[in-house]
Amino acid sequence: MSEAGLIKHISHPHPVTGVTNSKLGVWCFLASEVMLFGGLFSAYILLRTGVTDWPRGHEILNVPLATLNTMVLITSSVTMVMAWASLQMKSLSKYRLYMTLTVLLGLAFLVVKAFEYGHKFEHHHFPSTDNFYATYFTLTGLHGLHVIGGIVVNLYFLLFGVKMWEKEPDQLAGRVEAAGLYWHFVDLVWIFLFPVLYLL
Amino acid sequence: MSHDASHGHELPFWRKYIFSVDHKVIGIQYAVTGLLFLFFGFCLMMLMRWQLAYPGQPLPFIGNLFSETAMIGGIMLPEFYNQLGAMHGTIMVFLGVVPLAVGGFGNFVLPLQIGAPDMAFPKLNMVSYWLYFTGGVLMFASFFVPGGAAQSGWTSYAPLSVIASSGQTWWLVGMAFLINSSLLGSINFIVTTVQLRAPGLSFSRLPFFVWSQFVTSFLLLLAFPPLMAAAVLQLMDRLAHTSFFMPSGLVVNGQVLEGFAGGGNAVLWQHLFWFLAHPEVYVLILPAMGIISEIIACNTRKPLYGYKALVWSVVFLGFMSFIVWAHHMYLTGMGPNLSAFFQVTTMIISIPSIVILTTLILSLWGGSIRFTTPMLFALAFLPMFGIGGLTGLPLGLNAADIHLHDTYYVIGHFHYVVAPGTIFALFAGIYHWFPKATGRQMNNFLGKLHFWPSFVLMNFIFMPMLIQGLAGVSRRLYDPMQYAHAQPTQPLNVFISISAWCLGLAQIPFIVNFFWSIFKGKKTDQNPWQATTLEWTAPSPPPHGNFVKEPVVYRGPYEYSVPGQKNDFWPQAMKENN
Repeated sequence: MSEAGLIKHISHPHPVTGVTNSKLGVWCFLASEVMLFGGLFSAYILLRTGVTDWPRGHEILNVPLATLNTMVLITSSVTMVMAWASLQMKSLSKYRLYMTLTVLLGLAFLVVKAFEYGHKFEHHHFPSTDNFYATYFTLTGLHGLHVIGGIVVNLYFLLFGVKMWEKEPDQLAGRVEAAGLYWHFVDLVWIFLFPVLYLL
Repeated sequence: MSHDASHGHELPFWRKYIFSVDHKVIGIQYAVTGLLFLFFGFCLMMLMRWQLAYPGQPLPFIGNLFSETAMIGGIMLPEFYNQLGAMHGTIMVFLGVVPLAVGGFGNFVLPLQIGAPDMAFPKLNMVSYWLYFTGGVLMFASFFVPGGAAQSGWTSYAPLSVIASSGQTWWLVGMAFLINSSLLGSINFIVTTVQLRAPGLSFSRLPFFVWSQFVTSFLLLLAFPPLMAAAVLQLMDRLAHTSFFMPSGLVVNGQVLEGFAGGGNAVLWQHLFWFLAHPEVYVLILPAMGIISEIIACNTRKPLYGYKALVWSVVFLGFMSFIVWAHHMYLTGMGPNLSAFFQVTTMIISIPSIVILTTLILSLWGGSIRFTTPMLFALAFLPMFGIGGLTGLPLGLNAADIHLHDTYYVIGHFHYVVAPGTIFALFAGIYHWFPKATGRQMNNFLGKLHFWPSFVLMNFIFMPMLIQGLAGVSRRLYDPMQYAHAQPTQPLNVFISISAWCLGLAQIPFIVNFFWSIFKGKKTDQNPWQATTLEWTAPSPPPHGNFVKEPVVYRGPYEYSVPGQKNDFWPQAMKENN
């Protein structure tokens, strides 16, 4: 398509705003995501303050496993930055290494989460059990969907990045940076979810 | 650029017109789909009006075409009436007006007015349209599932919506598609406006239409996600039997409801819903104000009065629209403190609305008005929106709202804003930009034949509703004769219904005009209205890539009748004196 030649500021930042189109777009998207999770966290607060007894997360959820998962996700954010930094330093091989690690760590997070879910189902704890489990499954489930989305995007840039790199290296770096912003956001949501559901 | 401009012709038909990434084609797709849904939503209403005018009498001619689950012997069933009501609201707001105002006009006009070759993300733009289309198909298909379409009102209040038939699930999934469509669209509008303005086009030189779309995009971006959250929670309640919106010990039809753990909060749905739906009201009206401003400036041949006041008002309006939502909820028992807060913010938000309306009326002062068809609709918009806005004030005061809440007064109020308000603005916009989209002008006589009956009939429909509401007739009644206090207003129902059906007939000149003008309308040059903004410096219809040469902007958007100039319009992109 001819759009790439027609539309400005795809690879190079706008001289006044200092950002590319995709970076501004991702920031807008993240603002909307903040409102999505903001709505869900508000619902949680309203439901929890509306009842007299609310279960303590650390008594019924697996805190050590979730701590491990938190570490996994934070590490994946670090490798994501390393992948982007490798592109800035013009090293495609290092980029591929770090991007692979990011994808694998994302998958590891999902596997651990699946074990946690399975364990709950074995003990007949379902979303319909009570509003604590309803909140737990809905919020972590929606977060899990976001992780899957991030993995798909990262996998795409891992598999097709070489072709983009040869054609327009700045564009790939910009896209990986934008994907990174999203990935850090998904990480950040978990940083809120972990204490809210497991510790408080 | 010249190579790119011809590039569009090399594409196969389905890439050029069906899965197009060109903002103009996508804008027209949005507009046509939106118009079709507006017509469909209007048809649902015309069916409801039969039941309201002649309750319990068989619908003549077409009554037997409906299935046993909708009408028996042509007599409408209450469940079907509820489906019609819920889907009329949903379709008009989410599938008709917003896609036409934002998706249609925004997509087609905004990139042209800022001198951009296309939107910032053309492929996302295409995805956005097809998500909207899928959402629309799901909503339409829900009429044919067991139990019929959603019947819990366009507001889908819990807990009844949680235990409603499967049409409600379709409604929620359809909404999810629409929400994601508007999310992608709003990101596209914001990035395009910030990044792709032509050289010289500073924010203070933006046409007011662009400002209104820009603010609208922020409302869509930030207000829709909480409804997404609410839709997810209601889906969980319906499908996984969680109890987010289901309180303990709920009694339905005299029986304790089984199957839910309880402990939820039904008012939570209302908070999440209205957090979207109040900004949504401004999503409905701001693009309309933008369209009207363009048309008034062009047809009065003078600059808008108070451009800066307009811009600051629309920005302030956008901000305030996020903190007035609970004025829809005075009667939920949320308490006088919250009510007092939302009453104050509601009174505050009326100020910028009045400022906008006043500047537009003052813009007429001293103009040499051209009474073109778009200008007639624009002029009618002003008093109609005025009535709609002023009748809203008693609803914003919580003492008066106790009497008026959920009556026909509310219906009359917001229809004055949306129907003879926004929809008139949309018609004005169609007549105004039709030459740009097709290179041909719409017929003036048919336009006036469309305008005058519509204008009169709109008032015949909605003015009596205000009276009914003051008499205490509540809004979602299947049988208008059910309560003694409503019976004296029944003749008004007959009058309203006949007016509504006549309003349907009054749209025939528009439909004829629309199709006739595409093929046979008078051919025009690139600037038939002698307007100043950038879209009129592009060819009609604009080619792929829009402009023959990238425009450079030298002045503000409304330089009409500038002293010392030869012509009474001085285009933004014209370097020298004219």
